[in-house]
Amino acid sequence: MEPLNQWLAALLEGNVIFTPQTLGYYWTGLVTTAQLVFLSLLVGLVLAVPLAILRGSKHRWIKLPVYFYTYVFRGTPLLVQLYIIYYGVVFVDGIQQSMFWPILKEAFYPALIAFTLNTAAYTTEIFHGAIKATSRGEIEAARAYGMSQGLTMRRIILPSAFRRALPAYGNEVIFMLHASAIASVVTLMDITGAARFVYARYYAPFEAFIFAALIYLCLTFMILYFFRYLEKRLLAHLKPLNGT
Amino acid sequence: MKKLLTVSLLGLAMAAGNAQARDYDHVRFGVDVPYEPMEYRTPEGELTGFDIELGNALCEEIGVTCEWIEQEWDGIIPGLLSRKYDAIMSSMTINDERRATVLFSDPYITPPSAWFAPEEADIDEPSTENLDGLTIGVQRGTLQDNYVTDHYGDVADISRYSTADDMVLDMEAERLDIVFLDFPVGKSTLLDSEEREYKVVGEMITEPKEYFGDGFGIAFRPRDEALAERFNEALATLKENGTYDEIYQRYFEK
Amino acid sequence: MLDLHGYGPRLLEGAGVTIQLAVLSLALAVLLGLLTASAKMSRNWLLHRTATLYTTLIRGVPDLVLMMLLFFGGQIGLNMITDMLYDRFGVDWYIDLNAFVAGVITIGFIFGAYMGETFRGAFMAVDHGQIEAAKAYGMGSWLVFRRIRFPLMMRHALPGLSNNWMVLLKTTALVSVIGLSDMVRVAAEASRATHEPFTFLVPVAIIYLLIASVSEWLFARLQKRYNIGFGER
Repeated sequence: MEPLNQWLAALLEGNVIFTPQTLGYYWTGLVTTAQLVFLSLLVGLVLAVPLAILRGSKHRWIKLPVYFYTYVFRGTPLLVQLYIIYYGVVFVDGIQQSMFWPILKEAFYPALIAFTLNTAAYTTEIFHGAIKATSRGEIEAARAYGMSQGLTMRRIILPSAFRRALPAYGNEVIFMLHASAIASVVTLMDITGAARFVYARYYAPFEAFIFAALIYLCLTFMILYFFRYLEKRLLAHLKPLNGT
Repeated sequence: MKKLLTVSLLGLAMAAGNAQARDYDHVRFGVDVPYEPMEYRTPEGELTGFDIELGNALCEEIGVTCEWIEQEWDGIIPGLLSRKYDAIMSSMTINDERRATVLFSDPYITPPSAWFAPEEADIDEPSTENLDGLTIGVQRGTLQDNYVTDHYGDVADISRYSTADDMVLDMEAERLDIVFLDFPVGKSTLLDSEEREYKVVGEMITEPKEYFGDGFGIAFRPRDEALAERFNEALATLKENGTYDEIYQRYFEK
Repeated sequence: MLDLHGYGPRLLEGAGVTIQLAVLSLALAVLLGLLTASAKMSRNWLLHRTATLYTTLIRGVPDLVLMMLLFFGGQIGLNMITDMLYDRFGVDWYIDLNAFVAGVITIGFIFGAYMGETFRGAFMAVDHGQIEAAKAYGMGSWLVFRRIRFPLMMRHALPGLSNNWMVLLKTTALVSVIGLSDMVRVAAEASRATHEPFTFLVPVAIIYLLIASVSEWLFARLQKRYNIGFGER
């Protein structure tokens, strides 16, 4: 009888962990993660399109700085970039008195800046590859129609490059979601931050981290299916007509 | 996984019966460094602090040799349970949550917790209205974390740190408005800091007991009752013969 | 020049930890990757399903969360086993799941899933005619694997392998969060103590770039070697 009681007690004790309070933390964490990832991807995407075009420029002094930027941000760990930005800004002289401090003071914005610069670098390379892969024939045809270089880029090269970049970009989105887990290192309460809190308070590593893992898993699948749907719609013309 | 573990735990509970305690002539202490002035390293790298000195004195009194093993706070109780060391002497507050997993000695010191803010900060009392909208720093998983989370979690932002060092740095960087710490630690890292001027906000806090417990104790594995008893006796002796006071003065009344 | 405030030796030590960790995890990941690829291609239903579950789960969860789960949870799991040994047999034995071992296991385990995908694609790209020809020469299946299938597969696997290695190298930085003194942790600690983050973090970033550049060069040479006999590509 005794072991049975212990077992029951252990089971009920499990419920102590997932109180409304801790679930609230996971919820805030989910919101923080979603905001961080969505905003950094959005700004990163906006930055990456012009950068990718510049990256393919014929002029060495335009192309090299962009290459240097992507090389550095893709070649070093995001955690190091985050540390440099988070701890680094503090030691910029007079930053505490400047108008930017109320923003940089919060851990959210240094993290957002680091994530944005990181994903912009990866996305630039993805788009650069996709632009390079545009078939010469399409460009020549556009030229033959009398389109200018800018118009060709806007009407012909970019739209087809976007479609070609879609699968790789989908991977980048998932990569960014997973990479965002390090936000908890600079005190942000993202999903991982919530899990670390629950673990430290209740000594319950399995509950705390498996629950977080499940949330990430769901998010990953949502992104995966969203991109699969997009690909189906946007890449429909590439499918064989009488698909086997 | 959890279920599997629960089931195997059940198996163990039945198989275990009464475990034999053993005799010690060498005691290994787990300690989380730095936590000035309780445990820290001198610039030369030597381990010192109130816990270390008192621990060594206790060992001498009992007639055992002792050894200090560094362990981060996050894993300090698991490390004890896995017999990486035999006791924890690392400013650990005795409270009911921990009593469920470890066996505590009598309290050897009862330091209060306290709020610390920059000298020029416009706050003189830690109340819900005053803390509204501020960013509070605590060390993750400490009783201060639990207290602040439960009392001010709804009104203030709470930043949780892995080590006290990180937190002090963000305090200096003006990322935090106020921190909540064991008083001796806040005193030596903030009040004695040369970077900025800090002050204690409000009273020292020792209540309610469900959060702030009964002072610091040495933690043992539950089956080592005999060892805990030997330490309790030694502690009483040191308090009587003045050794305890001598060590206390060296760290807290300079 | 650069004043490292006496942290130089520890930083170098940390760089050593980073490299060891990366290389050992890579070895484990390649091994697991080969196993996973074979399991995925096997006709055995259970093997196939297990491998698919493994790659799907691992690739759906952040590295850091898996690392914490294994590091914090693994210790508690191990404690239960050692406690049992102690209680039942009086064996006073403890296993300390140190951060290095936990790091190697987790990173190896995570990248095993990615390697599995890489190897599976590469094995499937091998021209089946070559294997049949080898069999026709009377080669045994191990010999076929060693002499024909593996080298041919490597030609297709190398780009993916190189890519995985670069990601793995950067992932090692995460062990600093669970307490292993790799170069990122040493640099972060030094930055806090000296209030000079750039002095320590920028050199660390440069070391990562150096390792990445050297390995890129090595992989290019390997690729050349495995391309022998396939003309210019």
